[in-house]
Amino acid sequence: MSEKTTAAQAESSARQRGGDGALTREMFRKLAKRPSAEAIAGESVPLWRDAMRRLVRNRLAMSGLAFLALLSAMAVIGPVISPHDYYTNNLDMTNQPPSAEYWFGTDHLGRDLFSRVWMGARISLTVGLAAAFIDLIIGVVYGGIMGYAGGRLDEAMNKISEILYSIPYLLVVILLLVVMEPSMWTIIAALCVTGWINMSWIVRGQILQLKTQEYVLAARSMGAGPMRILFRHLIPNSLGPIIVTLTLSVPSAIFAEAFLSFLGLGVQSPAASWGTMINDSLASWSLYPWQLLIPAALLSLTMLAFNVFGDGLRDAFDPKLKK
Amino acid sequence: MTRYWIGKIVSVAVSLFVLATATFFLMKAIPGDPFTQEKAVPEEIRQKLLAYYGLDKPVWQQYLAYLNNLLHFDLGMSMKSNYQTVAGIISDSFGYSFRLGVVAIAVSIIVGVAVGILAAMHHRKLIDSVSMVLAVLGVSVPNFVLASLMQYVFGYKLRWLQVAGLNGPLDYVMPVIALSALPIAYIARLTRSSMLEALSAEYIKTARAKGLSKRAIVLRHAVRNGILPVVTYAGPMAANIVTGSVIVEQIFGIPGLGQYFVASVSNRDYTLIMGITLFYAIVLMAARLITDIVYGLVDPRIRLRSGKGAAS
Repeated sequence: MSEKTTAAQAESSARQRGGDGALTREMFRKLAKRPSAEAIAGESVPLWRDAMRRLVRNRLAMSGLAFLALLSAMAVIGPVISPHDYYTNNLDMTNQPPSAEYWFGTDHLGRDLFSRVWMGARISLTVGLAAAFIDLIIGVVYGGIMGYAGGRLDEAMNKISEILYSIPYLLVVILLLVVMEPSMWTIIAALCVTGWINMSWIVRGQILQLKTQEYVLAARSMGAGPMRILFRHLIPNSLGPIIVTLTLSVPSAIFAEAFLSFLGLGVQSPAASWGTMINDSLASWSLYPWQLLIPAALLSLTMLAFNVFGDGLRDAFDPKLKK
Repeated sequence: MTRYWIGKIVSVAVSLFVLATATFFLMKAIPGDPFTQEKAVPEEIRQKLLAYYGLDKPVWQQYLAYLNNLLHFDLGMSMKSNYQTVAGIISDSFGYSFRLGVVAIAVSIIVGVAVGILAAMHHRKLIDSVSMVLAVLGVSVPNFVLASLMQYVFGYKLRWLQVAGLNGPLDYVMPVIALSALPIAYIARLTRSSMLEALSAEYIKTARAKGLSKRAIVLRHAVRNGILPVVTYAGPMAANIVTGSVIVEQIFGIPGLGQYFVASVSNRDYTLIMGITLFYAIVLMAARLITDIVYGLVDPRIRLRSGKGAAS
């Protein structure tokens, strides 16, 4: 921005004197000494506050965050404020359109969709956050050890994660779910079998970059052990990329849960998942479109919100990446 | 070079072996055998069935027999559909999935690269922002949501397209869009950012200084380097399209491999589950191997680097 204005000023002044092209005396006058020109503009800001400032200015990311806050609030209070619970079948009131009595209508068993949708939000958010959190812990420990140890150990651990990664994760998850009892917690466990690999690679890359820095040498010369260096110095300094990866791994976990529930491998009735609600609606969307549209819209909006918020975080932590 | 390829093939073989072993022992870990759930099977018949499928032997013998059969591409009999071999089911149904997948991959690459190049050429203009918003949407809307919404709008409300089946070329439209929305979005983002990088390179300045037209610069110079990262995405893209096809075939009633996979999972048809999982894995590993070869061919720098790495 400032570059543009100075360029425009220079251009206009060039045009002003461009008339005769002669060099005048004023152009060579001595400037008064201005202390402000030599001072560093702007206060020095820590990385965190700098990133937060950029993030807050990013409208798209903030609207994503606002949506997620609203969704979380509704996930907590939604089922409570509805006059009907999410599991009672009411066969006199099946497939009702949205009305004053049933705000989002009812499903083929007469269950209140308003309550069910927010129960689905609870499951989606829990799966997304829990899977991301477990991936974070495994990934950071595994990746940290890989990166800090280096050498043979790094090579062997890297090979293991590469082999695991080369197997398509949804196939592994489907296999595990065939074997285990289907429930929300089995989905989370199954997602974690391969979900941490990406995180471990991000952490490994960061540690490899950081471990040659002087402060690591300083810490080591003061007698800090490898665990202390890793968890007190290296990992806190790689938090930016870790948080970005964490945020962007939430929507993929939410998608996986909805996908598996859609296939009937996930959350079982009467518990409500957006995936099962969409699957239930497929038989009759021509007659009762709201049964499809409401959970579909919420699922897509939630993933969208996490994606734009994650993109915003990445741009905030590393403005160089933004193009 | 040869050592590099041998290494690649060995790691593919190891991955397949790990998956095959994991699949086998996971299926063994299930309590009971495939015939315990069925009601009122007399004990004698059950014993006969177990003997027929080789399930009465010790586990390690079963495992060795299973591995031996795999080496001969013998995936066994389906346990729930009578007189059908797993290999037979796969070869009957894979044709549909393969045609659908190939069309989806072609559409993803062509549309994704085109959108990415357009966005990069019109950097920070309307086309750029619109296509990037669409790209975020493409990543965010799950394929089964997109498929059901399209079915509702184009199949039911507007009646432009058939709701289900795969009989004519028009029937490909909705499944292909559902399958390729996510890859298109990824490829468009990848292409855009690498094209932006390529467009700011020194050789582009040279080309401009020579007086080449913008079109020639983009098409002859920038694109060649700009689409390289897209090649690396081919492996994940194949995985996306394969797992996507599982659900898209289900929604559009296409009798492909994905539908059999879903059916085998809900029937607990263990031999079929194992067979299709391994088959999918082989397809994906082959896709990844082809990607590596193509990448080496397209970008001589990679070949050089990996050649050095293998020699040291």
